[in-house]
Amino acid sequence: MPEIITREAIRLGLQEALESDDRVFLMGEDIGAYQGSYAVTKGFLEQYGDERVRDCPIAESGIIGAATGAAMAGMRPIVEMMTINFMLLGIDQVVNHAAKLSYMSNGQIQVPLVIRAVTGGGGRLAATHSQNFEGWFASVPGVKVAVPSDPYDALGLLRTAIADPNPVIFAEHSMLYGRRGEVPEEPYVVPFGEAIVRREGADVTLATYGRMVYTSLEAAETLSTRGIEAEVIDLRTLNPLDTDTVVQSVRKTNRVLVVEENWRTGAFSAEIASAVHEEAFDDLDGPVGRVNGFDVPAPYNAKLEDASIPTAERIIEELERLYNP
Amino acid sequence: MTIAETLDKTLIADLYRQMQLIRVFEERCNVEYQRQNIKGFLHLYVGEEAVAVGAISALREDDYVITSYRDHGHALARGMEPNVVMAELFGKATGSSGGKGGSMHLFDVSRGFMGGHAIVAGQLPLAVGLALAAKIRKEDKVVMCFFGDGAVAEGEFHESLNFASLWKLPVVFLLENNLYGMGTQVERARAGGRDIFTAAEAYSIPALQINGQDVLEVREAAVEAVQKVRSGEGPAFVEAMTYRFRGHSVADPQAYRERDEVDEWRSQNDPINNFRNAILAQEIIEETEFEGIDKQVTEVVDEAVRFAEESPEPSIDSLFDNIYAE
Repeated sequence: MPEIITREAIRLGLQEALESDDRVFLMGEDIGAYQGSYAVTKGFLEQYGDERVRDCPIAESGIIGAATGAAMAGMRPIVEMMTINFMLLGIDQVVNHAAKLSYMSNGQIQVPLVIRAVTGGGGRLAATHSQNFEGWFASVPGVKVAVPSDPYDALGLLRTAIADPNPVIFAEHSMLYGRRGEVPEEPYVVPFGEAIVRREGADVTLATYGRMVYTSLEAAETLSTRGIEAEVIDLRTLNPLDTDTVVQSVRKTNRVLVVEENWRTGAFSAEIASAVHEEAFDDLDGPVGRVNGFDVPAPYNAKLEDASIPTAERIIEELERLYNP
Repeated sequence: MTIAETLDKTLIADLYRQMQLIRVFEERCNVEYQRQNIKGFLHLYVGEEAVAVGAISALREDDYVITSYRDHGHALARGMEPNVVMAELFGKATGSSGGKGGSMHLFDVSRGFMGGHAIVAGQLPLAVGLALAAKIRKEDKVVMCFFGDGAVAEGEFHESLNFASLWKLPVVFLLENNLYGMGTQVERARAGGRDIFTAAEAYSIPALQINGQDVLEVREAAVEAVQKVRSGEGPAFVEAMTYRFRGHSVADPQAYRERDEVDEWRSQNDPINNFRNAILAQEIIEETEFEGIDKQVTEVVDEAVRFAEESPEPSIDSLFDNIYAE
């Protein structure tokens, strides 16, 4: 199986869609002549032309709204949001329009729209450019949210997103574009709502997604040297959310931490923690823990930013605090 | 030029019928609201009928119409069944959205009526997208996008005009300037004052201002705008000056305007009375024929109320239907 990086996997998914379906087109800021802020669409303008690779004015609400309108008319637009932070300027079109049209029209309208949004911290981009809003969108009925962590999932989930007749927020962590992994040449998809066990272990469950999958795996390796085997679960999509896989794991390990990069207060980790409490209370040896980013605006300084984001050390500390008093 | 020279009698009668249908429908909605058959927010189109009727009469069946939350008039002018609209307002299973949308969210995709959108200016980017789809597919469809003067201060207004002009998209931006954004007089909300059409010129969109109380003037402007837009020249902008005879919603005590102002508009600028009187004066249609139309329209609205009353409530099972498309 060939190894490629995540950026390449997403490129493959986009190219495949552009080539197989003439309803697909791309919209976004600097996706064409500039070649994409994160180079995902490099060369696309030349290859597919400016009708299908549409450089847009800097107008996020207009972009998302226009894409939604085109989807209402049966097209399959794929929007690139340069960063998920900019989606705050277009959130009304997602929440009040794209997410609602199927329900409010009683199924007369479908919105097959994919919004690829670059999420996450760690890039030293400070407070306005380092946030994780995928959890917010996951709480909106009518929207689906995918959070790939590796090239295989990036391509497999993108295929599912493009084929889905609903608005999908496809959150790409900026620090994972260069991550390498095996991707088969044969066609495959990764369905929504199916979490995957990244590492098996009998002693504690770490439920997580996105970049925190790797932080959790790092913690698991350290724990292993101390004789504690952690099971790491990658959720892959937040809506639909596969709590069953987490609950099944907790029935075995009896301990669980939810690890998420986002701020702690009101974080999506609380939703997962609550589901585990409800479904696996009798299997728990202690409280469901959460390791989230601290409730601070992302600082610019590297040392400060790193201190604001969950680390393997913090995961281990929290595990010790909750389960080994 | 007389009316008869520009339009045939059947069309004149139909324009009158549609305006009167909307008027009677809306007045009945007000009654049904007081009876608590209609709940939530109810924004009536009374006084503005000539805008929707004149403008939509210029469209083809395969064109798109999209509007704001004051949408009953556009829905009826686009041919939506009064029964289905009233049933939706009553929240019934037989309504256009099975009772899930309500007054502000009417849809009839089979007639290209793409809603009923209740966030001010939210429908403008959607109109841009509908037009973009038409352009990409090389269809010669036109999108007629209605919005009020309140939408003009929103960023999406400016973003949408820019997109449509930049990409030469087939959108007719049809501004219904009824002089108040909810209770705020347009002069108190907009730098540059009451005449808004000049804003379109900043985006290189040809614009004109018309008397929105004159259905023939609206129709003529719309026909011209639609023709130009359909030819691929890019968007057009029409500002129809109009007035709502009732409050912003039925909950509005109208403290922001004088009773005399409303009375003056009603007595001098009623689009239906003025049109009827002009036609009578030119002896195109006789009084008895108007009376026949009025009677027929009242029967249609009576029947719509009866249909809505007799229709079942949606089943609780439908609560979770269509959150997602399958």
